[in-house]
Amino acid sequence: MDPILEILEKDARTSVDDIAKMAKLKKEEVKKRIKQYEKEGIIVGYKALINKELVKEEGRAVRALIEVTIVPQKDLGFDRIAERIYSFPEVTSCTLISGTYDLLLVVEGKDLHTVANFVAEKLAPLENVRGTVTHFLLKKYKEDGTVLKHKEQNKRIAISY
Amino acid sequence: MQRKIGKVVSELAPSGIRRFFDLVLGMKDVISLGVGEPDFVTPWEIREAGITSLEEGYTSYTSNKGLYKLRLYIARHLKQRYGLEYDPDNEILITVGVSEGLDLAARSVINPGDEVIVPQPCYVSYGPVAELAGGVVKYVDTKNTGFKLTPQLLEKHCTKKTKAVMINYPSNPTGVSYRKKELQALAKVIVKHDLLLISDEVYDDLTYDFNHCAFPSLSAVIKDRVIYLNGFSKGFAMTGWRIGYACAHRDIIAAMTKVHQYTMLCAPIMSQMAACEALQSAKRSVEEMKREYKRRRNFVIDRLNEIGLTLKCPEGAFYAFPSIKKTKLSSLDFANKLLNDKKVAVVPGNAFGPQYDDHIRISYASSFANLKEALERMESFVNDL
Repeated sequence: MDPILEILEKDARTSVDDIAKMAKLKKEEVKKRIKQYEKEGIIVGYKALINKELVKEEGRAVRALIEVTIVPQKDLGFDRIAERIYSFPEVTSCTLISGTYDLLLVVEGKDLHTVANFVAEKLAPLENVRGTVTHFLLKKYKEDGTVLKHKEQNKRIAISY
Repeated sequence: MQRKIGKVVSELAPSGIRRFFDLVLGMKDVISLGVGEPDFVTPWEIREAGITSLEEGYTSYTSNKGLYKLRLYIARHLKQRYGLEYDPDNEILITVGVSEGLDLAARSVINPGDEVIVPQPCYVSYGPVAELAGGVVKYVDTKNTGFKLTPQLLEKHCTKKTKAVMINYPSNPTGVSYRKKELQALAKVIVKHDLLLISDEVYDDLTYDFNHCAFPSLSAVIKDRVIYLNGFSKGFAMTGWRIGYACAHRDIIAAMTKVHQYTMLCAPIMSQMAACEALQSAKRSVEEMKREYKRRRNFVIDRLNEIGLTLKCPEGAFYAFPSIKKTKLSSLDFANKLLNDKKVAVVPGNAFGPQYDDHIRISYASSFANLKEALERMESFVNDL
């Protein structure tokens, strides 16, 4: 992978200046490549990784993983029905997977009831949705390679040969 | 009780910067660029193997030479990486870090009065280890040759009494390394003067701009003269496990094993088990750490040159050894003042040889955020002088 992508994936706030130094590239070249990646949709966005369990926020308190089994459509496969599902704002992530079911969703809502309602009233009745299984998330330990707990203290002695 | 201390140890030069180290250790909220070990924790797969070995009850001694399995894996690794052939039965010894390997090597080959050539600046223990073995250390200043030992310098310092040369590449404290051609030129002088070479290559995994060349891989003739030392501390981030190895001619390994069995008995078994796992499955983790170090190096070297603490880009390890000449401060004054004014710790250059009082050692084994902040503080420090 391009070192620029590796650096940004680690910390999206790294400045062009610093990236240029780290990757031994000219600033203009870094800017150009980032623009290109954005244009090509390789870099889709930049956002903070937030541990939602620590944020007291109305409306997004409960999350569930939902397995969805669907009937693929002729000529369109899963894409059309996936789009109908991920367009709901409650669905924060949607992935087509292999195995015993087809789509894996992450759905957010303000309480169990809201999420359950969403599944019962919006998701399950969709044509082509054959079945759903809902798993409520209890505790998240790691997300996108980052462990969601306070940083461990440095255990090295402060100075050594 | 001073009078009760043995003569050899009494005369061993004390570290001149102990007080500075104590000062750093006593201070809070310091960004330390003075740490000589990786900031990464040992990769999980290796730690897991250590835990499993304890769960399974591996808490005994091993053979003096170390677990056969580990020696076999090391032999395979060296064969694959450098084309080196060492017999796991009698040409490899598992040591308690490279530090022990160095001590065993010195004690096994040095006779009282033998001269040992040590290029400076160098890691602090080379000279003392040779002296403890009864050797007379001949330091070679490499300031004018880019911190590298050259065939000319080596030739110049060889006498009839010279027994061995100690070399370390990539180097602590400079990060400088050697290319194959340079090693070949040194090898010629070593053979010509019938010398032994103690080669500490513990930073070999952290070579950024070319493939590291293991000294014994140069030729069969040179291989017999090299005591090759390596370990798991740096590349695998396993400093606290204290695990390394020595490879050499079977006669030398037999001699080193003799000293090792009487003094250390064997390396800790759980560390040996973890090291087996490291060689088997941690390649990806090592590569990831290496890429990260390389990016930090590029950044740090660029910034240091911008600040005016100039240096050539070092090829390996995780150290930079810039000149502080323009500040007109001694290395200890520089380090003290930087610590007090800006709360950044570096190691004074004179720790690595008295001629390097116009240098400091910076370790970039620290997070990028720390490095960025520390270098900003250093910039304002230098500008305010």
